[in-house]
Amino acid sequence: MTERLDVIVIGAGHNGLVCAERLARAGRKVVVLERREQVGGMTETIEFAPGYRASACAQFLYDLPMSTVDELGLVSHGLTMDPRPLDTVALAPDTEPRVFSSNRTSTLPGMDASAWPAFRKHMLDLAGFIEHIKQRPPPKLHQRDRADLLGLAGMGLALRRLGTDDMREFLRLITSNVYDLLCEHFEDPVVRGAIGFDAVLGTHLGPRSPGSVLTLLHRWSRGGGPVQPIGGLGAVSSALAASARAAGVHVRTESGVRNINVHAGRAIGVTLNDGSTLEAQDIVSNVDPRRTLLDLVGARHIDIGLARRFHRIRAKGTAARMLLALDGLPEAPSGNDRLLRQRLVVAGDLDELERAYNPVKYGEFSPKPALEISVPTLSDPALAPAGHHVVSITAQYAPLRPEGGWTTSRRDAFADAIRNTLDAALPGVARHIVAEDLLVPDDLESRYGITGGHWHHGELALDQFLFTRPVAFGAQYRQALAGLTLCSAGAHPGGHVSGHAGRHAAAAILRRGTES
Amino acid sequence: MSTLGIDLRIRHTPFHPRTREANLLNRWHSWQGFTVADAYFDADLEYFAVRNATGVFDLSPMTKYRISGPEALAYLDRLLTRDVTKLKPGRVAYAVWCDDAGKVIDDGTLFHLDDGTYRLCSQEYHLEWLQAAALGFDVLVQDETDSIAALAIQGPTSCAVLGAFGFANLPSLKPFGLRDDQVEGWNVTVSRTGFTGDLGYELWIDPEDALAIWDRLFDAGRPYGIKPMGGDALQMARIEAGFIQAGCDFLPADRLVRPGRARSPFELGLGWLVDFNKPHFSGRAALALENDVGSRWELVRLLVDGNKPARDAYLYGSARAPIGFVTSAMWSPVAKQNIALGTIERGKRRGSLKAEIFYQRELHWSRVLADCQTVEGPFFDPPRRRTTPALLR
Repeated sequence: MTERLDVIVIGAGHNGLVCAERLARAGRKVVVLERREQVGGMTETIEFAPGYRASACAQFLYDLPMSTVDELGLVSHGLTMDPRPLDTVALAPDTEPRVFSSNRTSTLPGMDASAWPAFRKHMLDLAGFIEHIKQRPPPKLHQRDRADLLGLAGMGLALRRLGTDDMREFLRLITSNVYDLLCEHFEDPVVRGAIGFDAVLGTHLGPRSPGSVLTLLHRWSRGGGPVQPIGGLGAVSSALAASARAAGVHVRTESGVRNINVHAGRAIGVTLNDGSTLEAQDIVSNVDPRRTLLDLVGARHIDIGLARRFHRIRAKGTAARMLLALDGLPEAPSGNDRLLRQRLVVAGDLDELERAYNPVKYGEFSPKPALEISVPTLSDPALAPAGHHVVSITAQYAPLRPEGGWTTSRRDAFADAIRNTLDAALPGVARHIVAEDLLVPDDLESRYGITGGHWHHGELALDQFLFTRPVAFGAQYRQALAGLTLCSAGAHPGGHVSGHAGRHAAAAILRRGTES
Repeated sequence: MSTLGIDLRIRHTPFHPRTREANLLNRWHSWQGFTVADAYFDADLEYFAVRNATGVFDLSPMTKYRISGPEALAYLDRLLTRDVTKLKPGRVAYAVWCDDAGKVIDDGTLFHLDDGTYRLCSQEYHLEWLQAAALGFDVLVQDETDSIAALAIQGPTSCAVLGAFGFANLPSLKPFGLRDDQVEGWNVTVSRTGFTGDLGYELWIDPEDALAIWDRLFDAGRPYGIKPMGGDALQMARIEAGFIQAGCDFLPADRLVRPGRARSPFELGLGWLVDFNKPHFSGRAALALENDVGSRWELVRLLVDGNKPARDAYLYGSARAPIGFVTSAMWSPVAKQNIALGTIERGKRRGSLKAEIFYQRELHWSRVLADCQTVEGPFFDPPRRRTTPALLR
């Protein structure tokens, strides 16, 4: 028995939900198939210990445009968040915290106090070009299509609009490394380390790696200020799912897809894990590109060169997540309670950050990991029992699969390393811990079905960016196989909870629809 | 180690002690790093041996890939443009494979050895592509070039020579047939295949046995006019047969830099090798599009007037600008005619083709414009090539 639909979206991650909603609003009959019991994929809130909840993976929004929030009516569908971005507070043992703010409340030492606003403005100016790119699908090269030519011209214009000096600076920096950049602008090692951390977070890069300015601009393209929704990131997914359902999308959980079915060179439907099949005009995959093409479709249904390019996508996650349940609060930095509510960063100086990166190249975890920390219960007490708290940590660097695997003893050793680093920065926190949960990249891969456990579904780098994301000749969402559209972070413009890829994928389908 | 301190990794085939001895001209070239003879005593006489008696060509450097495993057939069907599912064990098929853009990477012969085990032979080296093609298939691709020595025994007396050598029932082997045999205690795989367009066989043997088999073969063949044959004579025979050659009439698509220089199967006159009725194969979408909108290039087989071989000649339609060029040319002794293979831009021809031939006599260059006639199929195609049972004379 085969059900006939307009669109099947595989995976109810945030991009899949955005894509589904957009298509349903345009009148398409859409079903979203999610393997797991709940929607959201990595954008989810989990109960990691009885009574304690936190965002499982991403813990901040950097990149969700208000236009998307408005268009999808996410607020009316239950999303609550303070749109004012949090400050970033860099912590280091035995020294005052450095506070980075988007307004005048920064407290940075010496010359860096005045360097920071200028640097931030300069970077945001340059990042404006990245934002221009993110907002649009990548134009196709070697084509005479008018829209593609206009897109390319628009891109050139956006670059030119930076002005001669900024354009030169952009072109100088885009392949450069954040280490050199920060040494040009700042004096204080802790200040440098905290900004450098923003560049390498969620990547397989150290601050000295080429391309780490691109990742910084990518993160900062909408200002770089993190926002935490009430209820954790899962609240975003719930609102997206509600919005999609309101648009008529049928969201089916516990409906894992085993295969994308291909007939006569075209994706025509899917076979679910229970053996049932569904057919549709368009198959959209929110699964990472490599898994979509090589596992769900199968290399045999695509050309050899293309299969090889998908096989070679670089996607080795390095970010681990640790969630802690606390029976009380640690001491606030400098006794300032306000600071504990912000985004806390423990990265040391740039050399320490680079040293934290070194082991992962050889399949080992950092003995002194860099941490991004928040205490979400301070603004959202419902995440834990009364008087108790949750600490949410992203820790780098952890290898995908160390030699010998993530054994219990290796996990314990890495958890100890995280806890020790944390306790040195926030003295006294360790004795409040009543429960903890650690997710290493290997866990992210198996839990969310993401190749390499990589947040961005593929390293964000110049060779996997724009025209070549996910792969060359496969960048426009619909090029890999007729009838198949890619809508995950593995497609342009990459990761963060932004919904861009989902929007662009939906637009690509609708555009084709109006042509034919 | 040479004077320059560079190890060129020059390789010798298992027959080298004999080919070196036989090479009175000391003329050699390198084929995939192997030292092979251009000609042994006289290229023309070696050619005449192939057409009138038997010529023996050392084709050990031919790149040989063993393809095995549960999905070997599915793998090959995705790699090659033709339907190979009907290729039975003991049969050989000519095939091409393409890149994603539908351009030919190489041509070769596919041997179905046992049920589910294949050997793919090609002139060039392709392991990297064949490995990439193995993604997602339960298949093993191994380069076995060095572990198999090979001889081509070609010409009207070749079957008789091999009979005298010790093969029983060889005449019953059909063209593109393949057989494992035991001769004098040697394991010999024999196929009725070749690159000369004549009656002929290829022997695939253990390199250990190479010299003994060579000696016995030439002993057995002496009454039948057996001669060793170098690359020059093989060139002549294959052009007469109308066969194209990688590196000569087309270049492997994966080694080209300039756009527009690669050729599709359609552009090489090999459209019959492209089967759109089978499941997906690499380059299919591009080839289907080309099939709809038309190719850019066209391969032509030419009879060229006059007595000047049209080597490297420009080809003209009626207009002043050339529309193509010759890729292979020779004076054909059997056709008593100059013949050539060439490439022209499709649809640019108005009327007959002319070849602009430049030739040199005692340093001085001259130029002649020769009329050409196109022909379909091979220039030379004797019935003995196909007759079964094969000719024994």
